[in-house]
Amino acid sequence: MTRKIELKNSQREIHFFRLRLFVGLGFAGLLMLLLLARVFYLQVLQHGHFDTLAESNRIYVVPIVPNRGVITDRNGVVLARNYAGYTLEVTPDNIRNLDQTIAEIGKLVEIKPKDLRRFKKLLAERRSLQTLPIRTRLTDEEVARFAAQRYRFPGVELKARLFREYPYTETTSHLLGYIGRINQQELEELEAGEVAANYLGSEYIGKTGIEQYYEKVLHGVTGFEQVEVDAGGRAVRMVSRTAPESGKNLTLTLDAGLQEVAVQALGDFRGALVAIDPANGEVLAYVSKPGYDPNLFIDGIDTESWDALNNSPDVPLNNRALRGQYPMGSTIKPFMALTGLHFAARSPDFSISDPGYYMLPGSRHQYRDWKVGGHGRVDMFKSIVVSCDTYYYGLATELGIDRMHDYLGQFGFGKRTGIDLEGEVPGLLPSTGWKMQRHQQIWYPGDTVSAGIGQGYQLATPLQMAHVTATLANGGVGYRPHLVKAIQRETSAPPQPLFDLKIPAQDIDLVKRAMQAVTHPGGTAAGSFYNALYPVGAKTGTAQVIAIKQGEKYDEKKVSEYNRDHAWFIAFAPADQPRIALAVLAENGGHGSSTAAPIARKVFDYYLLGKLPKPLKKAAVSDTAEGD
Amino acid sequence: MNLRQLKQRFVLHLDPVLLSGLGALLLVSLLTLYSASDGNGARVLGQLGNIAVAFIVLWIIANMPLHWLMRIAVPMYVLGMALLIGVALFGEISHGARRWLNLGVANIQPSELMKIAVPLMMAWYFEKHEATLTWRNHLIAALLLVMPLALIVRQPDLGTSILIAASGFFVLFLAGLSWRVILGLLVAAAASAPFLWHALHDYQRQRILMLFDPSQDALGKGYHTIQGMIAVGSGGLMGKGYLQGTQTHLDFLPERTTDFIFAVWSEEFGFIGNLFLLGLYVFVIGRGFVITANASTYFTRLMAGSITLTFFIYTFVNIGMVTGILPVVGVPLPLVSYGGTSLLTLMLGFGVLMSIHTHQRLVKT
Repeated sequence: MTRKIELKNSQREIHFFRLRLFVGLGFAGLLMLLLLARVFYLQVLQHGHFDTLAESNRIYVVPIVPNRGVITDRNGVVLARNYAGYTLEVTPDNIRNLDQTIAEIGKLVEIKPKDLRRFKKLLAERRSLQTLPIRTRLTDEEVARFAAQRYRFPGVELKARLFREYPYTETTSHLLGYIGRINQQELEELEAGEVAANYLGSEYIGKTGIEQYYEKVLHGVTGFEQVEVDAGGRAVRMVSRTAPESGKNLTLTLDAGLQEVAVQALGDFRGALVAIDPANGEVLAYVSKPGYDPNLFIDGIDTESWDALNNSPDVPLNNRALRGQYPMGSTIKPFMALTGLHFAARSPDFSISDPGYYMLPGSRHQYRDWKVGGHGRVDMFKSIVVSCDTYYYGLATELGIDRMHDYLGQFGFGKRTGIDLEGEVPGLLPSTGWKMQRHQQIWYPGDTVSAGIGQGYQLATPLQMAHVTATLANGGVGYRPHLVKAIQRETSAPPQPLFDLKIPAQDIDLVKRAMQAVTHPGGTAAGSFYNALYPVGAKTGTAQVIAIKQGEKYDEKKVSEYNRDHAWFIAFAPADQPRIALAVLAENGGHGSSTAAPIARKVFDYYLLGKLPKPLKKAAVSDTAEGD
Repeated sequence: MNLRQLKQRFVLHLDPVLLSGLGALLLVSLLTLYSASDGNGARVLGQLGNIAVAFIVLWIIANMPLHWLMRIAVPMYVLGMALLIGVALFGEISHGARRWLNLGVANIQPSELMKIAVPLMMAWYFEKHEATLTWRNHLIAALLLVMPLALIVRQPDLGTSILIAASGFFVLFLAGLSWRVILGLLVAAAASAPFLWHALHDYQRQRILMLFDPSQDALGKGYHTIQGMIAVGSGGLMGKGYLQGTQTHLDFLPERTTDFIFAVWSEEFGFIGNLFLLGLYVFVIGRGFVITANASTYFTRLMAGSITLTFFIYTFVNIGMVTGILPVVGVPLPLVSYGGTSLLTLMLGFGVLMSIHTHQRLVKT
């Protein structure tokens, strides 16, 4: 009996246990199905997603930087080129002890304090994972020495690279500008412009000048190499390659020879010279002095050189041709004459008797002519030749500032010329409205009087003066001044005129003849163009830097160098068939006739006759006529 | 004894069905290890050595009569507890955890021993009180589980804790723990979750958080999970082919010979390969259930059931972790991951299963 019960119990117990076991089995089975579902989800349903992730793990895209376009002058003379060389580059994020590593490198390759300072500066500005050059332009011997020891320096790479070089250094600095390392702000701009991808491997970008304006063309299209990498970032093999597209070469309108002559001719003056082909707006020479060596900027300028440039009283970094705004002085007179003719305020024959000063009706204030005692009878022709101030005081008063503003504005005064450089300033062409807006003042009749001789509120850049001179030389048909003639040897369509002022032939003829007479005996620039083998039309100008009190005479010797007058000279030649028009500005150079005109003569002699100038002295040949 | 008899004697206590399942999994292990170690033969040979040792242990245990197993339950448990206390007091710290005990001759990890000792002890205890089982016995058995568990959680070793907790719970469950208590435990666990969360170590919490959003720290704590899921997912239906896994061979996959070896297999053999691999586990677990169902004594039933279910939990936790449905806890893929210790413990368990199966068969015949 007992045995039976025990047996029954055991049976029940086994039954009960098996029930539990089945619950366990069900539990395990369900979880197994869960695993299977999960694996199915990952491997079948989400396969595409994870496959992409695996690929992006594995495939690393290495950008191949395109070669930057070469820049030549109109005759093929190289102005900006690339040369192959080695740099030693460091990725700070991959180096444990940077100072020690640099010290170790220093034992193999010379690292000058200057290199170190530049490196520290770059280090402070770097983006994450960026590589920075510790030394550039390694010698062959240094390359060999480092290459033999490179295994000791993880995170330090010897890179064969193309370097930018500007063989003409200071001569072309303000024109070409330079490239430099991409900074954070530029990076953000690239990202905003959605071209950051094209700059993945690029370390340089055009910072100023042609290099900046034509950055897109010069840079080229970055190529890509797809490389398989392991988790440590080491390349295992190449998967595919898209070749880069080199940047396009630029042919400038510039004549390198002329540019050199112009630089030499300006000598030690601070100032600018811009020469333009009047027939099409091609810029033949573009000088701003002093220049600087653009090569210093490419791999980051060191602090000392930077301070020297930045703190110099001569402001060599200022692009005077583009951004220097000066009162135009008497160079405005030919344009004033054309304005007078346009509004029929003056007929060519009308003449005044010049007592040596001008007085507004009802005023006793004397606006003096530069020539004490005056020029006698002066008609329009003579007013330009002798640069008579009194004639233009009266003309301006009759025209009124707003009519002057309207017509001179059509020539291009007070406007950007639209040259292919960044940062151009417009100069200033005042009007009554402008004065009210800017100074909350009404326009006084006296303001108009001094505006007549370019000595009021008006300001112009040397580039602008060259542009209006070229327009005048071309009979009132203006072209946009430009520096690039062809991109990759593909000359674009011949430039179209920007505007045509439709100046009557006899009017333009009169003014041009008068300007020609300026370079003839009796004219203000006669001395500088004595014996010239080509006819020249010109106008001198002197812009006051400090105001001279009533009844006092300006004495060059009494004012400090930086307060002396600026010398202007505008000219075109040959006068009958102009091939070149230019504007010269010599800061604190004194008289246009004595300082600026001889500079123009040298430029013309070279351009028209192929004559190289003799080495120049500062404060050159004196003129017969004292000049305005 | 002639050769034939010797051969018979040798295979007498081995279960050919279970053994074929284990053998297949071990072959998968060697195959995958070769790939995971980038064709490093030494790794494979090393594991082959581990297998040999573990197999000898399995054979010895399989040949042990059941009453021997009963006899060693208490001493083994007491020894294990003593060693765990030793670890807590004198253990060596490595990677922020105190798991190892230096005995002078060798470094040992007593928690590994407890994977077998705990269910063995509990099964022994239930067998002793089989006739008069009350809730009091369950409570005492639970204490036998909780004591070592507390010490191991404190080390801390989350992976081993989970496995031991599972093995102990399965003994309690199979011994008839009331559903009400189970339900109560679940409710209590849910209620105490915030407190448990507090008790966890920072890195353990991180791992759980990572589960919900591994991408928040893709290169740090979430890296393992992300790379594991990428490897599995990118394998697709057919896999990338043997030795062709990019995640594996380009070093993106961490711990690929140990905890993440499932990802290696998945990447190279795809969903089809996983059907096969999961099939093998189901086969082994199924055989374990059959042995359990046929076990003759209370002790053996509890023991076999616990071993089988724990083996399943082992598998589930590892694959769940690699595929991103469970947090990253240090649990290897049973029988496949590289490593001698876990293999030894597992084979010891399977030895017990075979002993249970073959000895009662002998008793029956």
